[in-house]
Amino acid sequence: MQIEASALSVERGGRVIFAGLGFQLAAGQALLVKGPNGAGKSTLLRALAGLLPLAQGEIRINPPAEARLDHDDFGSIRSKIMNVIGSKNLERDSGEKPGSTFSHPARAELCHYIGHADALKPALTLAENLSFYAALLGGGDIAPALARLGLAGIADLPAGYLSAGQKRRAALARLVAVPRPIWLLDEPLTALDATSQTVVGDLMQAHLNSGGLIVAATHAPLPIAARDLVLGRPL
Amino acid sequence: MSQKPQPQKPPARPSPLSALLVRDLRIGRRIGGAVSMGVVFFLCLVTVTPFAVGPDQALLARIGPAILWIAALLATLLGLDRLFQGDAEDGSLDLFLMSETPLELIVLVKCLAHWLLTGLPLVAASPIFGLMLGLQPAELARVVASLIVGTPALTLLGAVGAALTVSLRRGGLLLAVLILPLSVPVLIFGVAAAGDPVVGFKTPFLILCGLTLAAVALTPFAAAAALRHGVD
Repeated sequence: MQIEASALSVERGGRVIFAGLGFQLAAGQALLVKGPNGAGKSTLLRALAGLLPLAQGEIRINPPAEARLDHDDFGSIRSKIMNVIGSKNLERDSGEKPGSTFSHPARAELCHYIGHADALKPALTLAENLSFYAALLGGGDIAPALARLGLAGIADLPAGYLSAGQKRRAALARLVAVPRPIWLLDEPLTALDATSQTVVGDLMQAHLNSGGLIVAATHAPLPIAARDLVLGRPL
Repeated sequence: MSQKPQPQKPPARPSPLSALLVRDLRIGRRIGGAVSMGVVFFLCLVTVTPFAVGPDQALLARIGPAILWIAALLATLLGLDRLFQGDAEDGSLDLFLMSETPLELIVLVKCLAHWLLTGLPLVAASPIFGLMLGLQPAELARVVASLIVGTPALTLLGAVGAALTVSLRRGGLLLAVLILPLSVPVLIFGVAAAGDPVVGFKTPFLILCGLTLAAVALTPFAAAAALRHGVD
């Protein structure tokens, strides 16, 4: 699997955030997006996740034959889309399948997006929050994910009582609970203590080793080998 | 409009939509207030009306269905601005957009959860409030039947307004202004089915059913489009 972004340009509120941005990322590689505040790091991640429209440019995801797409989880996603959309679009959809480019919604379904907001409901327990996202995003068992991030002991606590670092870890637990090949991480280490930073670093390294891709925006150094993409000053 | 049937559930894991329904019902139950606020608002309106109109029992019984319907409409609009706002603020909406489940179905399920939490208690309370306005048992049954069919349409129309005002901090007033004109047909046929002695029950009731079915079929698309547009 490979991400190919060319000549990306994103506008927000009529202002160009960045333009002419391009990069390539192959399986097992990580890209570190750096730059001053307001340079468009988060904007780039949201655009990659399909949450912001591109003013110009193209994001292509090229899955090679042996990619993790053949994995059950991702195969069932496509069949489910076809089920839901119905038979009329199915032909168009399956006509697209042999080609190498995924359409925009399919891209979002290959990505994990960990944004600034942790997407936790304060009234629900940690386990309830996570099992909902596992069901929504098409994942499996949440117990290993909670254990991996050291949250097993507080799984029954309402998310409203958690500290900032615990909430961050709960958001990151989605990465483990639901297998998806592309991780888009916005400041993943914010509020994490040293131990948790190591755990998350190990997770990222394991993801890369198994052929995943990571695009992370951060000011802090990440404990993985990564290429840098430095965004300029805001216009 | 062939999107109504629920998607095939994968055997192993819970369906995303049922998980969403359970989540929203749980949140509503734990936070509290969602159920009681609508009913108490309903009660306030119904209690105050006899003081304003006067103690004329015949007049109250005649305008009773209309009062109940106005109260139901306003009580439904009361909490609707929060329908998507919480999810937009805490980032859940981003994850809805990144799931394989179509946003239209997610909107529909969120409306169902909202109606179960706010609309259904109103319907359940309406016979008691009808008695307070001096309605006859036959009229009470008509009011309940019209409300149970009509309030889902109000919730669904309100969802469009909630989606349009999702990024506004105080969107409740704008939502009411946007949605009131759209809910007028529901109100007209709802009140007619509930208590119009001339046109009878069947015709307005069937039109009300049609309005609700049209709302089920159309509003999720409008609300989902508004949410996609507003997400940045």
